[in-house]
Amino acid sequence: MPLNIVVCAKQVVDPETPASAFRIDPDAKRVLPAAGIPPVVNGFDENAVEAALQIKESVGADVTVVSVGSGFVMDVMKKPLSMGADNLILVDDPAVEELDAFATATALAEAIRKAGEFDLVLCGRQASDWDNSMVPLGVAELLGLPCVTLAQKIDVEDDGIVVQRALTDGYEVVKAPLPALVTVSNELGEPRYPTLRGIMMAGRKSPTVWSAGDLSLDEASLSPKLSLEDLYVPVSDQQCEFIEGEDEAEAGRNLALKLREARLI
Amino acid sequence: MPGILVFGEMSQGALASVTGELIGVARALSAETGDEVSVALQDDSVGNAGEECISLGADKAIRVESALLAEPQIDAHLEAFSQVVSQAQPSIVLIGRTPIGRDVGPRLAFRLGVAVAQDCVEVGIDSESGRVVATRPVYGGNALSRVSFTGDDTQVVLVRPKAFEAPEPDSTRSGEVEDFPISLDESAIKARLVETVTQQAEGVRLEDASVVVSGGRGLGGPEPFEELRSLSDALGGALGASRAACDAGWIDHSHQVGLTGKTITPDLYITVGISGASQHMAGCSASKNIVAINRDEDANIFKSATYGVIGDWNKVLPSFIETVRELRDS
Repeated sequence: MPLNIVVCAKQVVDPETPASAFRIDPDAKRVLPAAGIPPVVNGFDENAVEAALQIKESVGADVTVVSVGSGFVMDVMKKPLSMGADNLILVDDPAVEELDAFATATALAEAIRKAGEFDLVLCGRQASDWDNSMVPLGVAELLGLPCVTLAQKIDVEDDGIVVQRALTDGYEVVKAPLPALVTVSNELGEPRYPTLRGIMMAGRKSPTVWSAGDLSLDEASLSPKLSLEDLYVPVSDQQCEFIEGEDEAEAGRNLALKLREARLI
Repeated sequence: MPGILVFGEMSQGALASVTGELIGVARALSAETGDEVSVALQDDSVGNAGEECISLGADKAIRVESALLAEPQIDAHLEAFSQVVSQAQPSIVLIGRTPIGRDVGPRLAFRLGVAVAQDCVEVGIDSESGRVVATRPVYGGNALSRVSFTGDDTQVVLVRPKAFEAPEPDSTRSGEVEDFPISLDESAIKARLVETVTQQAEGVRLEDASVVVSGGRGLGGPEPFEELRSLSDALGGALGASRAACDAGWIDHSHQVGLTGKTITPDLYITVGISGASQHMAGCSASKNIVAINRDEDANIFKSATYGVIGDWNKVLPSFIETVRELRDS
């Protein structure tokens, strides 16, 4: 029987935005989208979509992508569909924009419950905007699921899943029964590119759109537990001394001499 | 009485270095709030780690001993620590953002229904509210955010390892070491750790190296890493890489330096073909001297570098390595 897999995905400011184009509105305490640089699906969430599609290819699966936010760019959010996911659910409501981790997890857990039966929830290890790596843990706790983080490999077996959990010096092997929640790390491998056929198929699909009210999320359950006091770009007073030469080869030689002079080598 | 409770970690039967760092943070907070500092130590046998915590600045060490806590089974450690927190009712809980702490901390907070601040590099007390204020890097290190805890619930704070110094031990300090009556059985473990595979690269550990040489996307393929390896060998250092180079398959992920890779603190960090995206800098910004070879004069890496060469690494690197060898042999 194919698995029902839910993948949680977030629309984020492109993390490849050059530092020179990175701007903060200090009064609103939020990052301003850089002109001409569209948002993207969080990279680790694309790794999670890739993990789901690999499971779909090996044992069969119906893959539903769920996202919570507002101001969705449809071409961006349809990318998982064009990669091969089956369904897209957007909880699109100004009330769920810029939530803290606790409220986001609450909204996602409600959306996953409403979406129906599931065997596996996959999330990216963290979102490249707030770098919290907390929301998936919250979803697991709220749904009462076994939870494995930082997956670099997921195998589905008869009695559950076997996950390789990435560590900096190797990995752990963790077994869990289904249903479970797993967060996926980039070590799993690069997400596939959408095919032309995939893009055309995704173009014909319409996402299911829910409001906060559809999930019976009230203000109390979405109120922040942590208050953001300040958001700013750190300043560096480092001055780089550029080493030159007649040509690049001499510059390389001069660099080595400079490092010796500075007693660094 | 409210207090500050530290999630104490053990490593192969000894106190883990992060625990000393957390005790240092706890002492600084305690100076503002007057709270007692306790450390919960979870293992099958804690040995004299409790006394060590006292000498590092704790007022109390709580031994939480169970055979199920011998391994880093996250579910078992979470359940055990939840029991300690329920009994102690601390005002502040400090946890290191380690492989186990990064999961235990947020899950504990969600279980208790309280707020949690992640990956903090500065932690203090707001003089008006008496609540924790913490600073943490966000947007891959492009920005810093300062957050404060509202309400009056337990405050769970995850602290970045190596962001704080551990205090010097003082054997004349005194404090209590007590045993916690833990009730833990196998049923607590839902996701079970069955094996740990260590893939230690040969030579010096990246995290411990005084010299690190790293390559990035600008290298264009796996072959140049052999030259970088010979350079790092010549300098007695370790070989690193940016995430882009690892994801491209040019070099194993065990070499990855950055936000989601290893955090390095060398005296000399030589980067070749690395643009210095903030996600990379998050893992190397504590390097004492950064040297950058990059073709793009606007590359972000030069903002953090002490010395830089603007040029094609193909042309700069051979003479650089040759001169380094000559200087080493002379």
